[in-house]
Amino acid sequence: MNAEVRAIKTPAEQGLADSFAGARGRLPGKGAVAALREDAFKRFDASGLPHRRVEQWKYTDLRALMRESYPLAALPDAAAKLRAKNAGNVLTGVDCRRLVFVDGAFAPELSDLVPEAGLAIGSMADALAKGDPLVAAHVGKTIATDDAALALNTALMGDGAAIRIAAGVTLKRPVHLVFASGSDKPSSAFIRSLIVVEKGAKATVIESHDSGVAQVNTALELAVGDEAQADYFKITQTRALHVSSLLASIGSRAVFNSFAFTSDAHIVRNQSFIRFAGEDSKGAIRGVNLLRGKEHVDNTLLIEHAAGGCDSREQFKSVLDGQSHNVFQGKIVVQPQAQKTNAKMMTRALLLSDEAEADNKPELEIFADDVICGHGATAGALDPGLKFYLMSRGIHEKEAEALLIQAFIDETIEEIAHEGIRDALKFAALRWLGSRS
Amino acid sequence: MPAAQETVEQVRRIDVDQYKYGFVTDIESEKAPIGLSEDTVRFISAKKNEPKWMLEWRLEAYRRWLTMREPTWARVDYPKIDYQNAYYFSAPKKNALASLDEVDPEILLTYEKLGIPLREQEILAGVVRPEGERRIAVDAVFDSVSVATTFKEELKRAGVIFMPMSEALQEHPELVKKYLGSVVPVTDNFFATLNSAVFSDGSFVYVPPGVRCPMELSTYFRINEANTGQFERTLIIADKGAYVSYLEGCTAPMRDENQLHAAVVELVTHDDAEIKYSTVQNWYPGDADGKGGIFNFVTKRGDCRGARSKISWTQVETGSAITWKYPSCILRGDNSRGEFYSIAISNGRQQVDSGTKMIHLGKNTTSRIISKGISAGKSNNTYRGLVTAHRKATNARNFTNCDSLLIGNQCGAHTVPYIEAKNSSAVFEHEASTSKISEDMLFYCRQRGMSAEEATALVVNGFVKDVLQQLPMEFAVEAQKLISISLEGSVG
Amino acid sequence: MLLEIKNLHVEVEDKKILNGLTLTVEKGQVAAIMGPNGSGKSTLAYVLAGKDNYKVTEGDALLDGESILDMAPDVRATKGVFLAFQYPVEVPGVATMTFLRTALNAQRKTRGEAEFSTPDFMKLVRDTAGHLGVSQEMLRRAVNVGFSGGEKKRNEILQMAILQPRLAVLDETDSGLDIDALKIVAEGVNRLRSPERSMIVITHYQRLLEFIVPDVVHVMAKGKVVKSGGKELALELEAKGYAQYADEAA
Repeated sequence: MNAEVRAIKTPAEQGLADSFAGARGRLPGKGAVAALREDAFKRFDASGLPHRRVEQWKYTDLRALMRESYPLAALPDAAAKLRAKNAGNVLTGVDCRRLVFVDGAFAPELSDLVPEAGLAIGSMADALAKGDPLVAAHVGKTIATDDAALALNTALMGDGAAIRIAAGVTLKRPVHLVFASGSDKPSSAFIRSLIVVEKGAKATVIESHDSGVAQVNTALELAVGDEAQADYFKITQTRALHVSSLLASIGSRAVFNSFAFTSDAHIVRNQSFIRFAGEDSKGAIRGVNLLRGKEHVDNTLLIEHAAGGCDSREQFKSVLDGQSHNVFQGKIVVQPQAQKTNAKMMTRALLLSDEAEADNKPELEIFADDVICGHGATAGALDPGLKFYLMSRGIHEKEAEALLIQAFIDETIEEIAHEGIRDALKFAALRWLGSRS
Repeated sequence: MPAAQETVEQVRRIDVDQYKYGFVTDIESEKAPIGLSEDTVRFISAKKNEPKWMLEWRLEAYRRWLTMREPTWARVDYPKIDYQNAYYFSAPKKNALASLDEVDPEILLTYEKLGIPLREQEILAGVVRPEGERRIAVDAVFDSVSVATTFKEELKRAGVIFMPMSEALQEHPELVKKYLGSVVPVTDNFFATLNSAVFSDGSFVYVPPGVRCPMELSTYFRINEANTGQFERTLIIADKGAYVSYLEGCTAPMRDENQLHAAVVELVTHDDAEIKYSTVQNWYPGDADGKGGIFNFVTKRGDCRGARSKISWTQVETGSAITWKYPSCILRGDNSRGEFYSIAISNGRQQVDSGTKMIHLGKNTTSRIISKGISAGKSNNTYRGLVTAHRKATNARNFTNCDSLLIGNQCGAHTVPYIEAKNSSAVFEHEASTSKISEDMLFYCRQRGMSAEEATALVVNGFVKDVLQQLPMEFAVEAQKLISISLEGSVG
Repeated sequence: MLLEIKNLHVEVEDKKILNGLTLTVEKGQVAAIMGPNGSGKSTLAYVLAGKDNYKVTEGDALLDGESILDMAPDVRATKGVFLAFQYPVEVPGVATMTFLRTALNAQRKTRGEAEFSTPDFMKLVRDTAGHLGVSQEMLRRAVNVGFSGGEKKRNEILQMAILQPRLAVLDETDSGLDIDALKIVAEGVNRLRSPERSMIVITHYQRLLEFIVPDVVHVMAKGKVVKSGGKELALELEAKGYAQYADEAA
């Protein structure tokens, strides 16, 4: 995108280059993996951190937001693991298999590794080091994109989860990937995970991030096989500068549901590259963002319909208070062969403060003619009429607002099929509302 | 509405070549030396006997332009333009005349062929004039110069100034100086800056306070000369409480090489004023293989400078090989309103990237965007729009509706809206849809006896009706015909 | 004999719907076609009108001895085939008046007849619309957009009255109508009965035939005509139901 030769690096870019130079010898994986890293770093180095002139990063200028780069996190020690113990408690009460990662590194002793038929769990670092064939078959291959943040992740990827759900298997419990920070010093983590849901398998996976001052660049590659179903949640409540990439490829007659919940964040960029590669699949991509203070949350979707007969629904709701900044960019691409595509996208921003900013960019790029595609976007304040109505019944102003905001968010959260997760997210939203006044 | 029927006849009459304005007028013309340099700029300025400040303004633009890069963000793909291999000024040799009788008869014939009335007496004495038909004053711009402006005297009595820009620079330099570049600054963008350096002619309109312009004003742009760019500059000012409706039409001969059209239009409305600006853009679109056609890179912007003022853009885009055009409104005055109604049709290998910007700065400002895109053949048609409300633009309101229709499976329809709300009292609603032309509707029409082409024309005319209604009557009929002609050959 | 259908076999998306249907309709005759859901009644209507994706694998349909199956829908319409749709299609932005005139003049022009002038056409429509209780306001509205079920069906009959077809196929014109609306529509249809015009009235229920009394009744089951008789056959069906024909067609 930026063809100019970049002579000058920002301090953060220089720091990242130094990190890579210092770590390239000891990062997990040799041969093909090492080559993948070198190539990815070269691409990152050519473009630098994405900035506002890069269309997909127009509203989240990472080059400006990232002043310096933190050193790569060391392997967590006992103290770090202790600090990470309570992470992921947003799902307390939901019966999940917890897999804990501290500063990006897998912590088996904090994880639930009770065997389950058809479920293979491993550490990405191990898999990369060992040249695991599953990893070799998928990592870096799920979706083609020239995104610089993802290239950086590929160059520096350390640990993460490597999970395979065998064909035809339905997981008994959701898998909860708990990403926590244990370091008491500013550090950075480059997390890379892979989940393969084979043909006809069914799995629910939750990824939660809560951490302190850190820079996190996380990526998940998700392969959903033919007739498989994957329900994926990402809960981001972190003070880190957090950049995440979801790369999902969906097979035929498959079902893919994703839900991104973000609150109490600092700077979050969730980018999702989702490709409907097989025919007659269904997807629902949803999200709720609760922002205040100077928080910055960006959800950017690229939904590619590459095969015919698929249905996709995208729905994002954001509530903005304080001087927060919410960004939604959603692009639906329908390739010429993807006839009979039905894709609908809706994004709504609720502004509670005059200093907040909501930027919406829903996009359609359509090359097939027999399609029904659409998008809607709204931005506005709470309906004063409704608020007045509630207040006229004796409800306090803040409470009336809370009720209306709750109704606004619930419409999306209610779509979650899993009762426990639905309730947990409702509760998380309520907690956010409760701490508003 | 008989137009749908007429349209169909129109389509039928055209067999191979669908572009009926593709003829060339053979006249002698005087050109600036080929290429672009300070000398070219000086040549143009001297030809027009411009005041010194105007030349300086142009030169500043030219120097600035040299430092700028051609924008690449639009979804259009075209061969590199060689700016040194084009003429920047071309005027018919017989020019600047006291009366129409002195205009080269070839040119008069050209406008006659285009169906544009230049003789007032003919218009006035028109054999059959349906009751209530409005009169239209015309400024005819042929390549780089205005060749005729009608109804000037009558307009003058009403206080309305309507004349070619080159004349306005002589007769009303203070007005031109005050407003020129005040909406689209010299340095605005690559094409606007190029225009600022080499603009040739265009229309100037000033409507004094409280005056409702007694007739529609219009300019017809015609590119005739080969290898020549047209760079017109239009400036319309509606002073306090004034109203004017302005129409613009464009055509060009069929030529194998591409020609550049880089216009700038600036509109200013003061308190309580209103400008309604309508365009039917029918530049030569190139042939079915994408050879030839006009590159249409246009900057149009209106500034609702005064409170309660209103600017309304309506466009019907059927021509040009490349369209790059975003008529915009800066809603600066409190309670001001901006509107954008658009029909963009692409067929063959045409590429359209068009839309609008609604920039809400004042309080209680409102805007409305209705865009209907129709893609056929192997064309690509993009709506690109920005709606933004700044911190102080309390109670800003926008409603946007973008619908795209696909005819055939080799074309593309794209929608790229940017929606930026920077205060909580802004209410923005945006909706967009893309679908193919309904087989059920076509079958229903055909079961009643309409041919595939008639059925398509009828359904498409229905699809764009909301926008057609915004056009003055004469233009609406013209536009309806154009729509069907543009879709010629798209029905398999 | 106006219409002759011979051993017609039709598939829709690889599914056989008509299985050797044979039927003749005499000039001026009103023929009712009754049958259970899925017997192929609407398919017959669409095949006659020429809708896409209806594949004729065997047999023929002749209008005045001429096969119509390879003709485009508009050519058939011009030759006098009219289908009153079960679900009339909405055409946004196109006024009903404009639609009617475009259709009528398209047909007339193809037939080499003079087109209607605006005043003549307006008068024609106004007179006809009056009989059917179609208001001027409705004529200004976009075709079928926002019309009630009854308005849509009346609009179909109005089009039939304007276009004056030789063969009118009325596909479940009674569906979704209350008794008052049904009467208006039936009166409109009866007014158009003439020795020059044949009609095929497709219905599931006998009720419509109380108002549009047929000359003959054909019973369809599993894609073919299984029984034909006089108007009393309709009453018999009402009493006994369609179950008795389930085996005959198999």
